[in-house]
Amino acid sequence: MIKTLTKQIKQYGKASLLTPIVTSLEVVMEVLIPYVTALLIDRGITAGDMPAVYRYGLIMLGMALLSLTFGIAAGQLASYASSGFAANLRNAMYRNIQRFSFGDIDKFSTSGLVTRMTTDVTNLQNAYQQILRITVRAPFRMVFSVIMCFVIDARLSVIFLVALVVLSAVIFTIIRKVSAVFTQVFKQYDALNSSVRENVVGIRVVKAFVREDFEKEKFGRAAYGLYRLYVKAEGMMALNHPVMNLVTYACIIALSWWGAHYVVDGSLTTGELTSLFTYVMSILMSLMMLSMIFVMLTMSAASGKRVAEVINEVPDIENPQNPITDLTDGSIDFDNVSFAYNEGSGDYALSDVTLHIRSGESIGLIGGTGSGKSSVVSLVSRLYDTSEGTVTVGGHDVREYDLTVLRDNVAVVLQKNTLFSGTILDNLRWGNPDATPEECRQACQLACADEFISQMPDGYNSVIEQGGSNVSGGQKQRLCIARALLKKPKILILDDSTSACDTATDARIRRAFREQIPGTTKLIIAQRISSVKDCDRIVVMDSGKVSGFDTHENLLKTNDIYKEINAIQTDEGGDFDFSHRKEVAQ
Amino acid sequence: MKRKDTLWRLLRYVVGNYRFSFLAVALCIMVTAGTTLVSNLFIRTLIDDYITPLTQVTYPEYKSLAQTLFVLGLVLTFGAACSYAYNRIMINVSQGTMLRLRKDMFSHMQTLPIRYFDSHSHGDIMSAYTNDIDTLRQMISQSLPQALNSIITIVATLCSMVVMSIPLTIVSILLAVVMAIATTKLSKRSRTHFVKQQKDLAALNGYIEEMVSGQRVVKVFCHEDEAIEQFERLNETLRSSAFNANRIANIVMPVNGNLGNLGYVLLAVVGASIALSGEYGLTLGTLVAFLTLNKSFTQPISHVSQQINSIITASAGAERLFAILDEPSETDNGNVTLVNAETDSDGNIVETDHRTEMWAWKQAAEDGRSRYTKVEGGVSFNMVDFSYDDSRLVLEDIVLNAMPDQKIAFVGGTGAGKTTITNLINRFYDIQDGKVLYDGISINDISKPHLRRSLGMVLQETHLFTGTVLDNIRYGRLDATDEECRAAARLVNADDFIRRLSDGYNTMLSGDGGNLSQGERQLLAIARAAVANPPVLILDEATSSIDTRTELLVQRGMDSLMKGRTTFVIAHRLSTVRNADCIIVLEKGHIIEQGTHDELIALGGKYHQLYTGGL
Repeated sequence: MIKTLTKQIKQYGKASLLTPIVTSLEVVMEVLIPYVTALLIDRGITAGDMPAVYRYGLIMLGMALLSLTFGIAAGQLASYASSGFAANLRNAMYRNIQRFSFGDIDKFSTSGLVTRMTTDVTNLQNAYQQILRITVRAPFRMVFSVIMCFVIDARLSVIFLVALVVLSAVIFTIIRKVSAVFTQVFKQYDALNSSVRENVVGIRVVKAFVREDFEKEKFGRAAYGLYRLYVKAEGMMALNHPVMNLVTYACIIALSWWGAHYVVDGSLTTGELTSLFTYVMSILMSLMMLSMIFVMLTMSAASGKRVAEVINEVPDIENPQNPITDLTDGSIDFDNVSFAYNEGSGDYALSDVTLHIRSGESIGLIGGTGSGKSSVVSLVSRLYDTSEGTVTVGGHDVREYDLTVLRDNVAVVLQKNTLFSGTILDNLRWGNPDATPEECRQACQLACADEFISQMPDGYNSVIEQGGSNVSGGQKQRLCIARALLKKPKILILDDSTSACDTATDARIRRAFREQIPGTTKLIIAQRISSVKDCDRIVVMDSGKVSGFDTHENLLKTNDIYKEINAIQTDEGGDFDFSHRKEVAQ
Repeated sequence: MKRKDTLWRLLRYVVGNYRFSFLAVALCIMVTAGTTLVSNLFIRTLIDDYITPLTQVTYPEYKSLAQTLFVLGLVLTFGAACSYAYNRIMINVSQGTMLRLRKDMFSHMQTLPIRYFDSHSHGDIMSAYTNDIDTLRQMISQSLPQALNSIITIVATLCSMVVMSIPLTIVSILLAVVMAIATTKLSKRSRTHFVKQQKDLAALNGYIEEMVSGQRVVKVFCHEDEAIEQFERLNETLRSSAFNANRIANIVMPVNGNLGNLGYVLLAVVGASIALSGEYGLTLGTLVAFLTLNKSFTQPISHVSQQINSIITASAGAERLFAILDEPSETDNGNVTLVNAETDSDGNIVETDHRTEMWAWKQAAEDGRSRYTKVEGGVSFNMVDFSYDDSRLVLEDIVLNAMPDQKIAFVGGTGAGKTTITNLINRFYDIQDGKVLYDGISINDISKPHLRRSLGMVLQETHLFTGTVLDNIRYGRLDATDEECRAAARLVNADDFIRRLSDGYNTMLSGDGGNLSQGERQLLAIARAAVANPPVLILDEATSSIDTRTELLVQRGMDSLMKGRTTFVIAHRLSTVRNADCIIVLEKGHIIEQGTHDELIALGGKYHQLYTGGL
């Protein structure tokens, strides 16, 4: 973990090294100033020597100035190094998250990743800053004081040694117990975060069902859990203080007792005893600081582990060694493909699927909820890897392609789609960052989105709010289709992408596809037979298996499931316009 | 000035809830400060009262020293106990305050209008509960006691200083003022950066939340590099504000420490010249003592300035927290409530406390008694105008009249305003002009929770919560038994797929039901509305992602659910729309046609066009 984290110091290494050096210079001044003060009092004031007062006063001012300079410099360097370190950590995490597969993201959860990148990194940043500034200061002072003690009287210094051993044992025990609790603390942070997130995202449901009190209670439990754990952890750490106090006080008493004896028998002077007392205090102060560092370290160790986990996570799906960077045609082949979302669970979403699709064909996919339609298309753009069998695109196994090349050529309009905050143009240019406004408009015309965009007050520069909350469901779907079209893909996959559009629009979109991009292989998942019936061939999915793969007319004769769906949609269900489609469609 | 307001408000919030704790902490700190003083001064007593006399006798007797040390030990142990006590109390205070604040904020957030959630990023709101509240921890548990400790020490020292020499005290105080001014100036500058840091942190939080939730899209568009690039920009902004904030705050400590040194020299020079001139009766001995005192006077000030980082960060965090707490709640002036009712032997409607499947609106009548109106589910819109942003009307002159038990279907192109109409009935948004009546009562007069309880909603976007399938269905009615939840699931034909899940009804759903298909999630949302069993139903595109075979099943369930209820439904499917009692065709926020299926087909207008699929 430490290695992973320290690797991220990078360009801030120099500042990180300089901070302790400059700080130690500051400490030297701090230690020397009291010495000059003593001179000022002894030789100047007590002696009634005014020039000496001025002289030592000036020296002291000079040292104060130096100490100020070093102090400020150390402060700047520390904040520079720590804020930079934090930024590097966040970058490293985010970069790796971008390589994550969906399985990886599920493992950490959205809220968990958010906590790790903010709360945890903030902890590390604070700890790093403190460590840079105090690590030198405290031990420096302590070592100095202990050495001085030995110089003065080795016998009495044994007291300090005993005290140090006792203290280290206590601190070590506390830290071991506390770090276990802190690991739990941050898990609870994730829970709290996800509780808030769910509430905010689903606020309409909460309000519609008047579940405010229920939600409060639920959140209250998460918040209380955090409270309890924190109090437990900090309560244990608070023991640090009295233990340290008691040990120091014991030192004072022991020092007084034996010190008195030694002074009386003449082996120690009163002046030396006074100095020893001063050093006890100085050691106490450094110990206090050290214990603060320990607290910080313990807390940040838990955070550090969580950050390192994200940075070190090896993504499930990675680019192959020598990737193919050219996708020649849009043919798709599934050979005996089986697939489970949870490897080893035995819950196969697809089993033994074999499909051969020629480049440029338009293929419909139809089937019940959970029959595996979405799983089929997820495998084509390699959002997941198969459990068994191979998926081949353009004559090569998808695992041989460079991921970017593959996904640029296979455009997917997802079922659960997302627009991002930004203008409509920004969102469209996800498909192609270099698209001109004219190209964007063409794509939107193809997706029947131009008509409503041009009616918006700011047209293509209208701002889409987070999650696309200010456009209707159908508008959102059409924007998502336009976005995918801008990629000029070899394969276009529409996963139930027109479900919220009215049928007239749906029909126009499909007609546009047929006429304008005939060379593109199209996979269309739909609930309505009307949406797929004029496809070249139709796959009928049932419980993860292919039940039929043929033209509309043939399927009507041979496939029972297809027949049934068709019957329902024609007779009593179906689409708004289904019963009259025959006249209109052509 | 605003900083002081926030800080004061924060202090009031913290201290207000823990008066006794703070009293106890203050006492403990005084004791601790006292024992620290005793241990500091003990060396003098040891030498003067024990060692010196002992060296003068031939046979030293250590008994009285042992006794004194024993007493000292007791005093110091007591001091250590007090130090532990106040640290321990402060942990409860700081964590307790954070818990309270989180709960207060969450409670308040539940009262905010939907608009608030539309206009704030989710990650930004989440940041308040973690990053902003965390800024308070160190301030409350460490800086507050430290400040208290310092104040006690300063006051005590100041008293002794006044006794020793008034002119020198004045010099000391002037120096303290200079230190205070320097601290204020620096912290004011650093505060703007800390405020910015918290804001940048929230922005980054928002970005991460949005991008990670939309990671599927990022992937299929190979947008990773752009996502990283934009992230790095936001990250750099945060880095620079964090750097600036800490940079300035880190100056405070060395500046104050060395101002203390400067003061020391100044006092030595001034004091020495006064003492040497023999004025004001200042002896050299007193001057030395005074200088030592001055150290204990300036030290606590620099101790406090060590805490300045945490104090400023906390006030920056608190500013964002209070902004949420000050956000105005959803207005609710309604006093009409929804009650369970039954008819008594005279045919009058009376209120009961058990569920009767019959509801009544309870209104206060003029004679002080309550008037009951049976909930029938009639909803009418009278010349309603609505706009989201007060500038562009989304709905205009809407007039419609839904009779009890009718099924009203909304039809129209995307963005015609169908969803918006349903959002007005449950008052997610308030209308600008016109009136919406519910059983003849203006919905503005009905208490919002009661209004919403009478409406079962299935929203366009399905949201499920972490918990079991059963928990999610029960969300519709918290006191529903397991059997009632199962019955609701059976009613809407969700039972089948639920039983096929690995743990059936006890299957855990996480991440908004990510392990279910879109259609299955919708079925659960419908079951949730079914278990609520409300007088009026609003179904927004509720069946759009369910395959036709399943939909047929759902449809039958829904039909039985809709029986005896007013239902508003937004759908594209023929079956849903065709048998509606009234079909309302919307275009660009206007009602353009209204009537039954046959009437509208006969009319040959827009509906006919939509129906026949041509344009």
